[in-house]
Amino acid sequence: MDWLFVTMPIAGIQIFWPGLLILGFGVGMIGGFFGMGGGWMVTPGLNILGFPMAFAIGTDMAQMSGLSVTSTMRHGKFGNVDYKLGLIMVIGTVAGIEAGAQMIMWLERIGKIDLYVRLGYLVLLALIATLVFTDVAKRRKKEIEARASGKNLDALATGIEWHKTLHKIKLPPVVHFKRAGIRCSAWLPIMVSFLTGWLAGVLGIGGGLIRMPALIYLVGCPTHIAVGTDLFEVAISGLYGAASYSYKGRTELLAAIIMMVGAAIGAQIGSVATKYAKGYGIRIFFGIAVIGCAVSIVFKLAASLLPSARSALDLGATILILGLVFSLSFYILLKFLSGVKAELGAKKARVVGAA
Amino acid sequence: MHKSLMRVAALAPLASAVLFAQEKAESIVIVADSRRFTGWRAWWTNLYNDSHLLFAVMTIVALPALAVVLGRITGAIMERTGINLKSRELAEH
Repeated sequence: MDWLFVTMPIAGIQIFWPGLLILGFGVGMIGGFFGMGGGWMVTPGLNILGFPMAFAIGTDMAQMSGLSVTSTMRHGKFGNVDYKLGLIMVIGTVAGIEAGAQMIMWLERIGKIDLYVRLGYLVLLALIATLVFTDVAKRRKKEIEARASGKNLDALATGIEWHKTLHKIKLPPVVHFKRAGIRCSAWLPIMVSFLTGWLAGVLGIGGGLIRMPALIYLVGCPTHIAVGTDLFEVAISGLYGAASYSYKGRTELLAAIIMMVGAAIGAQIGSVATKYAKGYGIRIFFGIAVIGCAVSIVFKLAASLLPSARSALDLGATILILGLVFSLSFYILLKFLSGVKAELGAKKARVVGAA
Repeated sequence: MHKSLMRVAALAPLASAVLFAQEKAESIVIVADSRRFTGWRAWWTNLYNDSHLLFAVMTIVALPALAVVLGRITGAIMERTGINLKSRELAEH
């Protein structure tokens, strides 16, 4: 069975490579579908496979940069990426991450930093989940009201409409983002990306989980554009992270490459699956992913507060995260397969009809 | 024993992966041991030992390049099945 293991050049550890392939495939699908790097899923997965935490984070960053390049390419073909918006947001993201990192250094002097960070992350995730499901409920209410009055709800209608208020602030320069269909002050995406970057810097995460809903609810992007544009940003920030961790010798290129083989297939499936999913369908499942992530953090927090139950709680968090990866991947795969079947069926029917 | 149990139980999607998980190494590697490798892996390990900067640059060049190649290959395979990979209708927000 030795052929199932590969020795990592830098860490010198033996890793079960099919596990890397499966993990890459699952996370690739989820990342391509929801527009995030998925560090919160990959890092524990790599750790289980035998990577020390520092290597797990670095290798995750490296594969994340590759995964998001593949997904961005596919989303770009579908017209889901607003490159102008993405590039403007990079400015705010970089400044925000730096500000967040400085704040973390300040917090380190106070102590108990892990507890504060996890609590902050938890509050944030709870807010995002509440926001997503409030939005879904509001839109459903509008749909019911429209149907009761014998009308059809506008396909572009949304539940929460904060972005409309924010778009009224016409602080120069005002920019038109053609692909996203937004006209607003350039300061809006800069400030939003600064805020999300700052949060990502403080929490030590990639930020896709925060940026995706921020693009929808604050900047006003349609769901599919938010997914594609966020992936574009993840690609850039992932490369920066990969460079930083590689310089510190905490990236295993071989592991990242094996994961990327799985992720390249998974990311294509996830990205193409967005073609067959309604915007609000993506939002609902994104909300579920956020809840899963929040619950796993509750387990981790409880583990740090209750040392006697630590191993059981850590195990619970790991099972939860991996179970979530499995369930979400399965849902996306089903969506993809049913969509492809319907598309090919319609294509065949057109050919038969024309003949 | 306890670690093994944790790994086995954490399995859901990664059953085999968890079963075959290995012992963890040190978190920080100042000098990687290149003696046990041959070919590109020996070259890669030596590159890390010689220059961390060059190692980092090579990593961030190799990964996106490989991603583009893999993306194109999988895209081409998918396209052959007849899926329209060039456009989609923006049906809703």
